[in-house]
Amino acid sequence: MQLRNAYDAIVIGASAGGLYVMIRILHDLPAGFPIPIIVVQHRSKDERALLEEVLQQKCTIRIKQADEKELIQPGTVYFAPPDYHLLVERDETFSLSFDAPVNYSRPSIDVLFETAAEVYKEGLLGILLTGANKDGARGIKKIRLAGGTTIAQSPETADYPEMPRSAISTGYVQHVLTPEKIEEFLLTVEKR
Amino acid sequence: MVVNEEYRQFLESVRFVYGYDFTEYAEASVIRRIRSFMEANKIDTLKELGKMVMKDETAFEHFIQEITVNVTEMFRDPLFYKSLRKNVISRLATYPFIKVWIAGCSTGEEVYSMAILFREEGLLERTVIYATDINQDALQKAKEGISSISNMKNYTDNYLKAGGKNSFSDYYKAKYNSVLWDKSLRQNIVFSVHNLAMDKSFNEFQLILCRNVLIYFNQTLQSKVISLFYESLCPFGFLGLGNKESLLFAEKQKCFEEIDRKEKIFMKIK
Repeated sequence: MQLRNAYDAIVIGASAGGLYVMIRILHDLPAGFPIPIIVVQHRSKDERALLEEVLQQKCTIRIKQADEKELIQPGTVYFAPPDYHLLVERDETFSLSFDAPVNYSRPSIDVLFETAAEVYKEGLLGILLTGANKDGARGIKKIRLAGGTTIAQSPETADYPEMPRSAISTGYVQHVLTPEKIEEFLLTVEKR
Repeated sequence: MVVNEEYRQFLESVRFVYGYDFTEYAEASVIRRIRSFMEANKIDTLKELGKMVMKDETAFEHFIQEITVNVTEMFRDPLFYKSLRKNVISRLATYPFIKVWIAGCSTGEEVYSMAILFREEGLLERTVIYATDINQDALQKAKEGISSISNMKNYTDNYLKAGGKNSFSDYYKAKYNSVLWDKSLRQNIVFSVHNLAMDKSFNEFQLILCRNVLIYFNQTLQSKVISLFYESLCPFGFLGLGNKESLLFAEKQKCFEEIDRKEKIFMKIK
């Protein structure tokens, strides 16, 4: 199956072991990357902005924590804040919620993926990386059913294969790729 | 956008029939809550849900209690409470009689946290805390003042980080798997129903807390609610918001000064 390469938005989900892969796939993206990237990385609730600071040191593209009601823009990688769910609204702004954890997680990947799928539909690319739980599997299914494209990190390259494996077992992951391939692919995508 | 249109119409009819207005809530959040309610109650379509709640008031009450309940914990964001101790308490102490409004108190954890803080600062005796929420079931739980014992490790940790001066276990009695907050904390707390989206100001306060409630509203409603707080604060009164909330979309933004930028504590200055 051939990968399409034009999108309106990209969502990424990662849990345990995510930081290393995240650096790997984001560090070469140019500052003017044409598509907004929105990420849920499971993180400690006491850590206020450390993740963004660490990543910004390694990346050229702007890294920031998503703010409530912020307009989603290209050239930026947004991270869900610790201890809040991150949702995409129809007017392409963010909402935050402090609703109960989903899959024991807040932020939850499913919450981001499902709301983004409704807004961006076939214009959405969803990527699920390493992790030790099942968060993201439901979201991947929803992205695919809404016409979007789905990628999972190949479990044998993941420090914690459980998460990509659960997503793959739903049957809605179209492409299983190594971090190198994911990086390569991101460098060639265009704005839809 | 057909799906969202369907929800919008549903919320319009809820407003028309029952007077609960969710039309200015953040859409993605409210839709998510409606869907989880449908899933939990095995309701397949919005049409079916509409039929059910529009003709049966009991079913509607159940629905409303489920979709408006907010999650909270004791001393959530401990640094916020620490900042209150440092930046707000000494100024409140100059008033002979203190009125506090906790808007959107849900199941009451924040209310009891404040009561503990005020007691430790020697102000509880001359303070009345008005604790309000849209959700009656949550308020009932708040009044009962019961929590699960499994939360105590996290809460104790928060309490200490918040600058707690005693032993957290002084404030509750454990029984089986539950804990009951010390009854004396409740003496000066008034619990009542208040809907921020629709109800008016009901008193004047020196301190208003409304944390992690505005995130569920759209910009218009956020601004309206901030205006409501503005009207309900005495001159130089304080407003505390949630960690990720701001006055950015509020018409009254310029009437407040930041007391603690990180912890989102503001003072009414004009």
